[in-house]
Amino acid sequence: MTGWLVRRLLWCVLVLVIVGSTTFAIFFAVPSDPAALVAGKYATPATIALVRQRLGLDKPKPVQLGMFLLRAASGDLGYSFVSQQPVALAIRQAFPRTLSLTVGAVVLWLLIGIPLGVVSALRPRSIWDRAALGVSLFGISAPAYWLGLVLLWLFADRLGWFPLGDYADLTSAGPLAWAHHLFLPWFTLALLNAGWYARMTRSQMLEVMSREHVRTALAKGLPRASVVRRHVLRNALLPIVTMLGMDVASLFGGAVLTETVFGIPGIGGLAYRAIRMRDLPMVMGTVLFAALFIVVANLLVDVLYRWLDPRIPGEA
Amino acid sequence: MSVLEPLAAPPASPGAEASAAPAAEAGAPWAEVLRRFRRDRAGMAALVVLSVIVLAALLAPWICSAALHQSPYRLHIMDRIAVHGREVEVVSDDGLPVGPNPRLLLGADLLGRDLLSRLLYGARFSLAAASLGTLLAVLVGLAAGLIAGFYRGLADAVISRFVDAMMAIPVLLLAIALAAVLRQGSLGIVVLVLALVNWTYLARIIRAEVLSLRGRDFIEAARAMGASDLAILTRHLLPNLAGPLIVFGTLSVAGNILLESALSFLGVGIQPPSPSWGNMIQEGIAFYRVAWWITLFPGIAILLTVVCLNLAGEALREALHPGARPEGLP
Repeated sequence: MTGWLVRRLLWCVLVLVIVGSTTFAIFFAVPSDPAALVAGKYATPATIALVRQRLGLDKPKPVQLGMFLLRAASGDLGYSFVSQQPVALAIRQAFPRTLSLTVGAVVLWLLIGIPLGVVSALRPRSIWDRAALGVSLFGISAPAYWLGLVLLWLFADRLGWFPLGDYADLTSAGPLAWAHHLFLPWFTLALLNAGWYARMTRSQMLEVMSREHVRTALAKGLPRASVVRRHVLRNALLPIVTMLGMDVASLFGGAVLTETVFGIPGIGGLAYRAIRMRDLPMVMGTVLFAALFIVVANLLVDVLYRWLDPRIPGEA
Repeated sequence: MSVLEPLAAPPASPGAEASAAPAAEAGAPWAEVLRRFRRDRAGMAALVVLSVIVLAALLAPWICSAALHQSPYRLHIMDRIAVHGREVEVVSDDGLPVGPNPRLLLGADLLGRDLLSRLLYGARFSLAAASLGTLLAVLVGLAAGLIAGFYRGLADAVISRFVDAMMAIPVLLLAIALAAVLRQGSLGIVVLVLALVNWTYLARIIRAEVLSLRGRDFIEAARAMGASDLAILTRHLLPNLAGPLIVFGTLSVAGNILLESALSFLGVGIQPPSPSWGNMIQEGIAFYRVAWWITLFPGIAILLTVVCLNLAGEALREALHPGARPEGLP
């Protein structure tokens, strides 16, 4: 187990190095001069050369990449080419907003998705089952930004129940204003995901319900409700937890579309603007930050599974 | 969230296990698949709607010029049209375009262009980008998956690790980065970006399929009879991969339509004045509170197309691999 864990951790680091190198390569595949960008419109060639030297851009590309990755490992992501702000600081400021968006959305879609899935598993082909199928089909088929717009139009513009795309901080504006401002984005993400979770819960539960131990429990005369709760749901939810881990991790990397439509200044918006401005340090920082969550979530899932089921062989 | 669940087993059709090369001597199994698909009402309905959408996209130039007498590019900022006997400005003095009416069925956009014509032309760009992107991704993913799954060893290690690393980058961020760097705009670039972010999923699925197939008896038998690697790949593996490829190809086109529209919405996909469903929504976003039709109709077009593709994909999966459906508690 220890040997496996060490190899698995090394692999995580390697993935991040590959992600960093690929991002770096994508950006240097095109000729552009970051030094000119930093120096500004009216800089003389001498200034640009000086800036280039100061940023280390005169060194060979592999050396630049190596220096970046080494500094990134110690938490120093460099400075934005555009705003000159430290990248780590910008990420630290944006992350609580992305976190607020993600946590609320996840809670909402679990509250809708899991009960809907349980009901549709217990009553296949009922109205609830069909509703869950409809919602999941809608969720995987609707463009996120468009759904956000439609909800904004209906609930904020026409009905006036919610503010029109603004962000309120939890600490400065208070929890009520915070939730009021974030409810529509939460609901958008919840609508997109709840149906899918309901479907997964349903199919997992149906699968567990056909197993022997459930039949045994029922044959012993245990009440249905307690069999469902103790024998079915507990087994059925494990794969859901795995899926949730991956989804949450990728949302931490920023829900670019939802953040754009609702004007939430989070990680997704930061990354998107950085890409459009060719702000390499900011791009590298946000992409690595996003990838870090996915890699860690993967690791946690693997460790959890091996801990729950020691029969899984040692190959990572 | 991913639509791409790995398929548990290759298409198992009655009698396929017994014969040496199941799907190679096609005929019967595929007829069976077709029969099962035809019985799926939702799948068939989706197929009909999809055919209408594709036909409308193909015939867009003819529909616009002959039936609608409109063009997707002609501006009507200063023009007036007769609606119900009254003369109306296509775009009013304060910049508000005219809504849906008998002359312009879905209304006009901010520059006074006919929205329906733009929607039809947008279908051409969106559908072409999505399906070509999938085609390219399938080719690359198939090659990578076959090499990794069939030859194992170092090639597998390198390919699998690279695929894993690529999948650690959020899809949309990767797509935006590629599109922004590759000098956005043309259809070809969008196709390339869609293929670059999609091939990893297909490679992973194909690899898993090949791994489960290569240990099976009919492959062993072919090898024992002295078949070359190439013969095993083309005559025995590929025909068995056709099923999963069709299913995941269909679902991947659905995902690509969403991704392309997102890229165009963010301004790194198809560039105006060429219409795509995504950039039409982007153009209307500032006015969505007063000119709702500009954003509503392209969104419905995307939703309808993607719903149909997903339904058709599920029906295909079911037809190729009819799973035993558990019926719940007794």
